[in-house]
Amino acid sequence: MDDLRLKILELLREDGRLPPSTIATMLGVDEETVREAIADMEKKHVIVKYGATINWSKVDDDKVTALIEVQCTPERGRGFEKIAERIYLYPEVKSVYLMSGAYDLLVEIEGKTLKEVASFVSSKLAPIESVISTKTFFILKKYKQDGVIFEELNGDHRLAVSP
Amino acid sequence: MIKQPVKSESEPSTERSRRKSMADYLADNVKAIPPSGIRRFFDLVSGSKDVISLGVGEPDFVTPWRFRDAAVYSIEKGRTQYTSNAGLPELREAIAEYLHGRFGLTYDPAKEVLVTVGASEAVDLALRALVNPGDEVLIPEPSYVCYSPITKLCGGVVVGIETRPEDGFKLTPAALRAALTPKSKVLILSFPNNPTGAIMTREELLPIARVVEEHDLIVVADEIYAELTYGAKHVSFASLPGMRDRTVLVSGMSKAFAMTGWRMGYACGHPEIIAAMLKIHQYTVMCAPIMSQVAAIEALRGGMEEMERMVESFNQRRRLIVQGLRDIGLPCHEPQGAFYAFPSIRHTGLTSEQFAERLFREAKVAAVPGNVFGKGGEGFLRCSYATSPTLLQEALERIGKFLKTL
Repeated sequence: MDDLRLKILELLREDGRLPPSTIATMLGVDEETVREAIADMEKKHVIVKYGATINWSKVDDDKVTALIEVQCTPERGRGFEKIAERIYLYPEVKSVYLMSGAYDLLVEIEGKTLKEVASFVSSKLAPIESVISTKTFFILKKYKQDGVIFEELNGDHRLAVSP
Repeated sequence: MIKQPVKSESEPSTERSRRKSMADYLADNVKAIPPSGIRRFFDLVSGSKDVISLGVGEPDFVTPWRFRDAAVYSIEKGRTQYTSNAGLPELREAIAEYLHGRFGLTYDPAKEVLVTVGASEAVDLALRALVNPGDEVLIPEPSYVCYSPITKLCGGVVVGIETRPEDGFKLTPAALRAALTPKSKVLILSFPNNPTGAIMTREELLPIARVVEEHDLIVVADEIYAELTYGAKHVSFASLPGMRDRTVLVSGMSKAFAMTGWRMGYACGHPEIIAAMLKIHQYTVMCAPIMSQVAAIEALRGGMEEMERMVESFNQRRRLIVQGLRDIGLPCHEPQGAFYAFPSIRHTGLTSEQFAERLFREAKVAAVPGNVFGKGGEGFLRCSYATSPTLLQEALERIGKFLKTL
């Protein structure tokens, strides 16, 4: 990928709401070039989605997130694809990764309560035929996500005016 | 005092009239220095809320964690002692390697590198080591605010050389020649420049070097913003033919490595000048703080990637502010270094101070009036773009609205 596209992606990852005109100025190219690059990357699913990073612990309607290590038997010819699909199609499942190491899939599940997540694991995830075992880890606190520290200690401590 | 029984008439009297106020106790050369114009503006601005500040002379990045961590680790290990006066040998080596790798300079870490408490101390030491009372120090202005007061404290005579927007705020050989007298001794070169953002290319520096050679000047090159250039790479004055021994290179960690509060600077130059500076340094501050020195080693040895990431970010914001200022009708030459834009506000009919003060009161944007940076600064405003793009755009919008009310 060319350098300009990489820079556009870096900027959008930090702030998905940056308008193409601003990005164009910041990178010293014309707006049309940026618009075309973004449209093309959206079309090719390089840019998949624009969202917000939310600190849910500050929302009354808090959420419970768990990471589940799943060991499973791959299927002949299809590896882990089909099992992964059977898992990721559930809306409760926020992410699924194929992992190296002691287990195969890492599944992130979000629910309203501990019980809800636990029951999803026992009634939906564990019974899948090729699943050998699951280990559930509840997330107690998120310190940093997507490169953002939630309780930023730093702030701007600079003097308002300095030489 | 007990009167001596035998005393000649010509003996000077120990009697003197009592001093009337505290100010009478102060040294004359200190009293002669006017208070900093920035200080006055700082007092005005500090404490007010909802102000977007474009007045800050430091990066908006916190020091990268790996540099901080190195310092924390060294404190945990109990490295809390004095270092050798010139600085940790490992740091001096790291500085020499860094300057060689980035700017093609060669200095002997044992004799030609001195670690100081910020580049500010290095400027102070250099001028104190070089200036005799009555010597003239040539200072291209607008420039950073410390050169003229330090010169005066040394008993030197300040000769400001105005750099002009039509020359891109660069020093021209003609302007330098016009300022020379038989008493000229030191030339300060601070490029990339605070506040104008001007840089000087090799082609522009070579004729300056010729004048320096012809008139036997010595140069104090404050290159603290050397890494922060956009487009053209910085050329160190000491790297020009014949200039190495005529130049005291002053730089530090503050701007490029986001390490302002660590007070880490250094000076490099001819061993005799460095030895003289070291003599002052050892009696006045002993050595720079060891924790800061340890962090600086980490930054110089493993921090290039972090630094380059920050420089790229400054560049993006530079384009944003320059375009933005022009769009709202403030003429702004292209700053090619540091992190300041220096737009002209002359057409508003206001002085720099009036403009800055009203901008602050009426539009809640703080920027520094250009006149505090010396000759040629009047009619301009220093806007630091070391601020998030969102705040920059908000500030530009506020300035735009303010301009319409004038």
